[in-house]
Amino acid sequence: METAYNFKEVMNRPERLAPGHRMCAGCGGTIAVRAVLRALHPEDKAVIGNATGCLEVSTYMYPYTAYEDSYIHNAFENAGATLSGVETAYRVLKKKGKINDNYKFITFGGDGGTYDIGFQSLSGAMERGHDMVYVCYDNGAYMNTGTQRSSATPQYADTTTTPAGKVSAGKVQIRKDLAAIMAEHHIPYVAQTTYTGNFKDIHTKAERAIYTPGAAFLNIMSPCPRGWGYDPSELMNICKLAVDTCYWPMFEVVEGKWRLTYEPKKKLPVEDFLRPQKRFKHLFKAGNEELIVQFQAEVDRRWEELAAKCR
Amino acid sequence: MAIRERLSGNEAVSYAIKQINPDVMPAFPITPSTEIPQYVANYIANGEIDTEFIHVESEHSSMSAALGASAAGARTLTATSSCGLALMWEELYVAASDRLPIVLALVNRALTGPININADHSDSMGARDSGWIQIYAESNQEAYDNFLQAFPIAEHKDVRLPVMICQDGFITSHGVENILLEEDDKVKAFVGEYEPEHYLLNAKETMAVGPYAVTNYYMETKRAQRQAMINAKKVIMEMAEKFEAMTGRKYGFFESYRMEDAEYAIVIIGSAAGTCKAAIEKIRETTGKKVGMVKIRVFRPFPEEELAEALKDMKAIAVLDRAEMFSATSGPLGAEVRAALYSAKSQAELVNYFYGLGGRDITVEDFKEVYEKLETIAQTHRITDMYSYIGLRSAEEE
Repeated sequence: METAYNFKEVMNRPERLAPGHRMCAGCGGTIAVRAVLRALHPEDKAVIGNATGCLEVSTYMYPYTAYEDSYIHNAFENAGATLSGVETAYRVLKKKGKINDNYKFITFGGDGGTYDIGFQSLSGAMERGHDMVYVCYDNGAYMNTGTQRSSATPQYADTTTTPAGKVSAGKVQIRKDLAAIMAEHHIPYVAQTTYTGNFKDIHTKAERAIYTPGAAFLNIMSPCPRGWGYDPSELMNICKLAVDTCYWPMFEVVEGKWRLTYEPKKKLPVEDFLRPQKRFKHLFKAGNEELIVQFQAEVDRRWEELAAKCR
Repeated sequence: MAIRERLSGNEAVSYAIKQINPDVMPAFPITPSTEIPQYVANYIANGEIDTEFIHVESEHSSMSAALGASAAGARTLTATSSCGLALMWEELYVAASDRLPIVLALVNRALTGPININADHSDSMGARDSGWIQIYAESNQEAYDNFLQAFPIAEHKDVRLPVMICQDGFITSHGVENILLEEDDKVKAFVGEYEPEHYLLNAKETMAVGPYAVTNYYMETKRAQRQAMINAKKVIMEMAEKFEAMTGRKYGFFESYRMEDAEYAIVIIGSAAGTCKAAIEKIRETTGKKVGMVKIRVFRPFPEEELAEALKDMKAIAVLDRAEMFSATSGPLGAEVRAALYSAKSQAELVNYFYGLGGRDITVEDFKEVYEKLETIAQTHRITDMYSYIGLRSAEEE
């Protein structure tokens, strides 16, 4: 099923998310959708699901849809359950001989719809083992409503509900490790990725997720220029710094076996990732040096823990 | 030939599901509707039907998955009660606005606060504005018969709305009664195959469901839903006629009982209508007083004109609500009946009672007292208690 990655061939596949939607320039979410949908084999049909969020309100604003495939948005917290219903309908209608085509099922949710309000629905869908892929485009806050903190927001991030202030250093808590929680569901495929180099990592993982029978979960760091505070042209650099500082490790869990898919030759200090983002500006004020030390310690701890799992 | 059986209301609805053999059923257990998914799971386990069951982790996911399955082109149903319906609340509105013909077997139970597992209509009345058709049953037979008519109404091209088939928790859901069941082939022919016009898995076209509709479009979707509800009135009657032709059992928006010459009427929903009928027979036999009853079967769409016509010559009317709505005035049925009479310029006196909340019994004696009260009101033209509770514990009993 899997073929060697051919950048030119993959990039020249017909777009399944048509241009003309209303997502921001420099938004990682749109790139997540296009990258994942490119991994669909052109002969396969698909039903795309979507939790309420930026992506939904910007790509299916009545009467225009940006999707070349069938698409369903239901509500904020139930993308997992909704697509599990579609996938079940597919199985039964195929069994009854009412449909013949091959369909794949992929749903997208932001971190709000996935880590938080949609967590139960996601967990249920994964546990039941529907043949579907849940893709979280993780931009680390509720961006659609204007950058409120989520359980995916990194510690010390300045958000509109955890503002940095005279007596506040931003979000208090560390982020939830959703990919690990999904791996603990013992589903056949879990992976974490973002946009790097020639997109081989995300493409390979998306293809595996789609074509592994059973439930699969993809966690994609998808920077948000408005919420993170970077120039839209800097998107790829931000992603590169996230993986080279080991803030956002890229790995996959295949049938319970953990594997790092990228290890930086030289691990950069996390402040290189934090500095270009306005949401961490306050960390670089005199007197806050200790906060960056703490942030680094958390990154190191998680990287070590992950490395141990991947050994 | 119809089959004579003895079944509980839950068994009767489950049997109807078996005969229909729908495509997908997501469900999460909640008393007193739990038996329905249990029976269906057993039919599946024994290869009697090829429905796919989705073992969802909540009622919210149950209705969410039902929505996905229905949009995908599958004939879909679920079952729930009380808080389960409350948890679905958001999804009920989405299902109706997406115009998905999902059928919900609702076994009515009081909403929590305090927790209570017995019958009242607070769950379905809370969902009365969600855009679902609501059909209520007095008996197990009616629950079965209504369920058979649900998909043909929901899937009709002029309707395309979800349907809630309601019956009273424990009273009918667990009470075993004699019942007439139709033969499988007759049921199959009556319900027919589901052939959706547009659906996600249609090889000939793609489809998008659940848009963001800005102010320019939202209002038209609501008007379209209203039109579907208006159309549903005609379709519900057509299906009732078709059903009568098959079974001989006649259904309408409501049942008029001893109303031909009645002067005093009770308007009621659900199983307590049976007790009311017994009271009517007793009163007529012992006193000859002209008492009757209107039992609402279809609450959504609301049969305003037909109901006003049925009640227009009454001297006094009591509307009995099995749900509060805390307006500090009417209950939900009371308010709608009063509005119907006002529209018809009826001068009939009307009072509104609350009864049976959380499963409290209502007796033949209670109904007799209501009719006596109506007679007094008609004679004096004075209403002292516009709104009152039946069978409430008095302070001395506390």
